Amino acid sequence: MTSTNKLLLEAKGITKYFGTITALENVNLKVHEGECLGVVGDNGAGKSTLMKVLSGLYKPSAGALFFEGKEQVLDSPKDSQNLGLEMVYQDLALAGNLPIGENIFLGREPTKNIGFLKFLDFKKIQEMTSAHLEKLKINVKSADQKVEELSGGQRQAVAIARSTAFNAKVVIMDEPTAALAIKEVGKVLDLINKLKSTGVGVIVISHRMDDIFTVCDRVMALFQGTNFAESQLDKTSRDEVIGWIMGKK
Amino acid sequence: MKSLVGLWEKNKMDDKEKKQDSLYVKLIPYFEKYGILLLLVIMILVMHILQPDVFLSWRNVTNVFKQISWQSMLALGVFMVIVTAGIDLSVGSIMMLSLMILAIVAKAGAPWFVVVLVPLFAGFLCGLINGLGITLLRMPHPFIMTLGTLYIFRGTGNLISGGTPISGFTDEVRYLGHGRIDLTWLGLEKSQYLPVSLVLIAVVYFVFWVFLNHSRTGKWIYAIGGNPSAARASGINVNKILIIVYSLCGFLSGIGALILAGRTDSGYPNAGLQSELDAIAACIIGGASFFGGRGTVLGVFAGVMIMGILRNGLNLMDVSSFWQQVLIGSIIVLAVYVDVLRRDFGTRK
Repeated sequence: MTSTNKLLLEAKGITKYFGTITALENVNLKVHEGECLGVVGDNGAGKSTLMKVLSGLYKPSAGALFFEGKEQVLDSPKDSQNLGLEMVYQDLALAGNLPIGENIFLGREPTKNIGFLKFLDFKKIQEMTSAHLEKLKINVKSADQKVEELSGGQRQAVAIARSTAFNAKVVIMDEPTAALAIKEVGKVLDLINKLKSTGVGVIVISHRMDDIFTVCDRVMALFQGTNFAESQLDKTSRDEVIGWIMGKK
Repeated sequence: MKSLVGLWEKNKMDDKEKKQDSLYVKLIPYFEKYGILLLLVIMILVMHILQPDVFLSWRNVTNVFKQISWQSMLALGVFMVIVTAGIDLSVGSIMMLSLMILAIVAKAGAPWFVVVLVPLFAGFLCGLINGLGITLLRMPHPFIMTLGTLYIFRGTGNLISGGTPISGFTDEVRYLGHGRIDLTWLGLEKSQYLPVSLVLIAVVYFVFWVFLNHSRTGKWIYAIGGNPSAARASGINVNKILIIVYSLCGFLSGIGALILAGRTDSGYPNAGLQSELDAIAACIIGGASFFGGRGTVLGVFAGVMIMGILRNGLNLMDVSSFWQQVLIGSIIVLAVYVDVLRRDFGTRK
């Protein structure tokens, strides 16, 4: 399916140095419409760095990013958001002191004008949040609940809801199931499959082979900051992928 | 069978939810929001009982508001900074420098509207320097940058004035700090006037309440305090917001200078000495968290009032100012301890 669908995101020759440390060297990556790419690798293999480059949080030292065929230079996460790329961070990137709704719309709050002044439209935030949570079948008491009052699973759900609230074309998830109870893992994986069916390209970084083999169409492995191996999911096996993570082919 | 177990589990969870919704838990958010006002009301009642003739008299109440007028501006500025998990130690010095510049410009014979605008602009500029230093120079903590400017601004203020007081301003310049709004048309006596500074406090606090709670920038200030990396990942320009916050803090210190100029009719070298600590204390008493993201404008106002009433009440009762220091210190520790206890109940660990 991947070769026929439209190419959404392509990274070519991404290299990233932190001082004298080479975090990524000449890494390539592609995601198509409705496709889920699994990215695996050991700790320090460069997965998180690569994702931060894709989202515009880090600037690559060399290499280029292409969204829907056009080269783009990202100065901040705002630029990648505007292009339709959303990121669900491992550390959740939620502000615990703010309510669910305000977290989902953080940085993109709907406003209403009174005279020449712009005020937050709390009613709209509440309505849009409720509708969106309903659509994703995420259960919380109310959209006004503060995030710090939620369980780990609920927080992850809010983080994913946040990433999909603005018609994202590509969603990157960093260890989306790492902090979840088993019951909630299934829900998140369902959610990923749902996103795929709507044409969203998904990149999942995960250590859990169950996750990779449940939702992904293709898997690529990073090893010490380089492309190590890549395959269609149906042409590989768990053992082989685990081998790649440890640097064995 | 499986569905039965599921149902049973669900019922168990519903029961748990219900238990959590008990009256006590429902009251916590209100206590969190308005608890400090309760403390304020209790203090007012106690002072009224101790000093029934004087404390709630028109003269004394307006006195309290006149006394807290410039401190309330510094506290509001420092509060915004504390919400971002920062600190501004330089507000007292910013106020002193703004006051000295005002005095020099006034002595030079500038028209009154220039004299009035100059301290606001000077305060804003000082705050901008703080903000730029913290973000562009990448100071490890705002404490260091503002500790530096605490000395720099006060030193500059002494340099330009020669370290001597400069007195004598026109009525227009003194209006905000010294002006009176006559209420005789309401059938009140001539002595029962409204201080302009009280109206100013109300207006400024309302404007900043709206700004912090109903504007995007205000919401982002809270978000930065709650989780700066979340704010950054949401595409918020954290450095820009921080520069805005420190600049506004300086601007408010400039308003403080203008009020103080009106009250004292002079620019003097010791103006605002240690007032940064009073401002921080008022924020802490008012429920702002040093870790950022928590606190309300109403709370800061209550914190300023509590310190003002405490000083005023103890003065009325002829208690030594040394005891005032001990009491204010004790209230800070107590207020934060109450906050620690509240958080133990309030949030998940």
